[in-house]
Amino acid sequence: MSPPPASRADAFDFPFVAVSDVSRAFGRRRALSRVSLRVDQGQILGILGPNGAGKSTLLAILATLLRPTSGDVRYGTLTATDGAALRARIGVLGHDLFLYPELTARENLEFFASAHGLPHPPEAARTALTRAALDERADDPVSAFSRGMRQRVALERALIHRPRLVLLDEPFTGLDDASAAALLARLRALRDDGAIVIVATHDLDLADGLLDHALFLRDGRVAASMARPEGLRSTYQNVMTRALGSAT
Amino acid sequence: MSGVPGATPFARSVWLILRKDLTVEVRSREIAYTTLFFAASCVLIFAFALVREGRAPEGGAAGILWIAVLFAGTLALGRAFERERQSETLRALLLSPMPRPAIYLGKLLGIVALLAGTELVLVPLVVLLFSARLFAHPFWLLGIVITATVGIAAVGTLFAAMLVRARSRDVLLPVLLYPVVVPVIIAGVQGTAALLQPVFEPALVRFWLLLLVTFDIVFVVLALWTFEAVMSD
Amino acid sequence: MPKWFTPAAILCGLMFVISPVLIARAPDESSMGMVYKIYYYHMPSAWMFLLAPLVCGVSSALFLARGRAEDDRRAWSAAELTVLFGALTLITGPLWARRAWGTWWVWDARLTSSLVGWMIGWAYLILRRYGGPGSDKLAAGVALFGAVNVPFIFISVNYWRTIHPPTTVVPKLPVDMGVPLWFCVFAFLLLFVLLMTMRLRLEEARTRLDALYVALDE
Repeated sequence: MSPPPASRADAFDFPFVAVSDVSRAFGRRRALSRVSLRVDQGQILGILGPNGAGKSTLLAILATLLRPTSGDVRYGTLTATDGAALRARIGVLGHDLFLYPELTARENLEFFASAHGLPHPPEAARTALTRAALDERADDPVSAFSRGMRQRVALERALIHRPRLVLLDEPFTGLDDASAAALLARLRALRDDGAIVIVATHDLDLADGLLDHALFLRDGRVAASMARPEGLRSTYQNVMTRALGSAT
Repeated sequence: MSGVPGATPFARSVWLILRKDLTVEVRSREIAYTTLFFAASCVLIFAFALVREGRAPEGGAAGILWIAVLFAGTLALGRAFERERQSETLRALLLSPMPRPAIYLGKLLGIVALLAGTELVLVPLVVLLFSARLFAHPFWLLGIVITATVGIAAVGTLFAAMLVRARSRDVLLPVLLYPVVVPVIIAGVQGTAALLQPVFEPALVRFWLLLLVTFDIVFVVLALWTFEAVMSD
Repeated sequence: MPKWFTPAAILCGLMFVISPVLIARAPDESSMGMVYKIYYYHMPSAWMFLLAPLVCGVSSALFLARGRAEDDRRAWSAAELTVLFGALTLITGPLWARRAWGTWWVWDARLTSSLVGWMIGWAYLILRRYGGPGSDKLAAGVALFGAVNVPFIFISVNYWRTIHPPTTVVPKLPVDMGVPLWFCVFAFLLLFVLLMTMRLRLEEARTRLDALYVALDE
């Protein structure tokens, strides 16, 4: 277990994330309804559900990009109002990757490393590139990369500042088997390092065996929540049909 | 130099974003070329529309210059933020611990640089086509051009950033921007026209320059204050 | 609707019905005769056209600072009234100007600033209507910028051209012209308050309806 490098952000670290009764509406459309969850450090939570269930909305709220209409989110003793201090401890891998296509992989990583105030951005970028096994393509513009390669760069970008909370939105999309396996290994390593990992996905086969907790969402509501889920695909189908049955 | 604990220092953030924008632009040159070409076309169209018997209407050169800058600037703003929208990189910037006002300022300086580059071509073009002796008073010209450009960019950057996730954003930008930059256009045109008068009155130019400087200060400060509130959901 | 609304509405209606009588009995202005009378509607309109954006700007600033929905509702309602009273002002003005100055429009400081301010009001409404989600914050930003812009617009246009009559016409008017004028001002002010109240109620009802829709899904 290697501790993260000493940084001024350490003072703002947090041992858990707790979501209490969070709802979010967009005008008349209710995206999330009274969702609660808690994840401690060194754990992986999977948010599972069909399209439109509210997974991305929940992740956006966790990332402090959206404010809940009601309920609150606590990161240890911190909340979203702590602004930059909190954001420095969160890493997000979104659906849209957040990479500048005209810049090279190295430049993207160096930019975000500097943006996070890391003391030696070129070094951090180099380490990240090696971890992503992209040393030979480091100086090619990202627009020339395949989806899988871009995903690897994006993942490194999300993790370059060694965040406490790692949020991933559909990270397995478009990955081949090798890349997916590498990603799984990476997530497990993060978990062992003490990070809080929250993954939203509908890729049940890949998530099987990865998760410490699973939160099943349907229509913005929590359909089920369980620890150490096994046989994800059948569990998922059971939960969803039950949820369908109990919906008015 | 960081006011907020955990936040990346302000000046550093501004520089990072400015450098990133300039690098991206130098690589692709897309916005620079298209903006430049569009501005030049504007000037030409106005020339065809307004020039009679080989001469532009009185003071027309100044007006044509600033209309071209405004139209080209609107296009450039739209394109610059469309780029950020595509990979949601604006979101990534908002997620980082960089102070939000620094993001605004960095983008503003990038847009000013882009427009300045366009004006480097436009002003000589206008001088050439309309026999407008703008370079007679170069320092005053520089002052007017810079302050008016900053004025358009200051309001434009904020509005364009606000509109990144709105619907109909392409047409909404001019709808919102043009009424608000009326004073800048008036001052820019009148200030430039004053440089073309047969009898040069420095006091007149100074008045317009002062108005522009005041506008710039007030609106940049206002934008810095409101950027965070306007960009949060 | 609050209790005072109906009596106030009746009063306002009566005032508008009576106003032409009062106006007709006021002495004719020597050079322009009857047309001058439109001034009695034009000036109060113009004052409301100044009041509305002020309310809009302040409410927008409050909304951006505090994030409370009621500030946003008030800003939106005030923006609509800006456009409404602006339209009245910009229609009655030229009608008066045609006889007074011989032309429908002049590019002087007041008129031009009014036109630009009116356009900013329109821009606000277009943004609210077509901007999609999140346009409440954006519109507040536009309103704030528009409000702060007023002195700049005025000064820049002022030094560009100027013909409007001096602003101190009102105190110098003899009482005969003064009473109908103040009567109309009061009538317009009452109209402003009534319309604002109606619009706010509409917006509040819409918010309640949205909340009900959302609660239905709970």
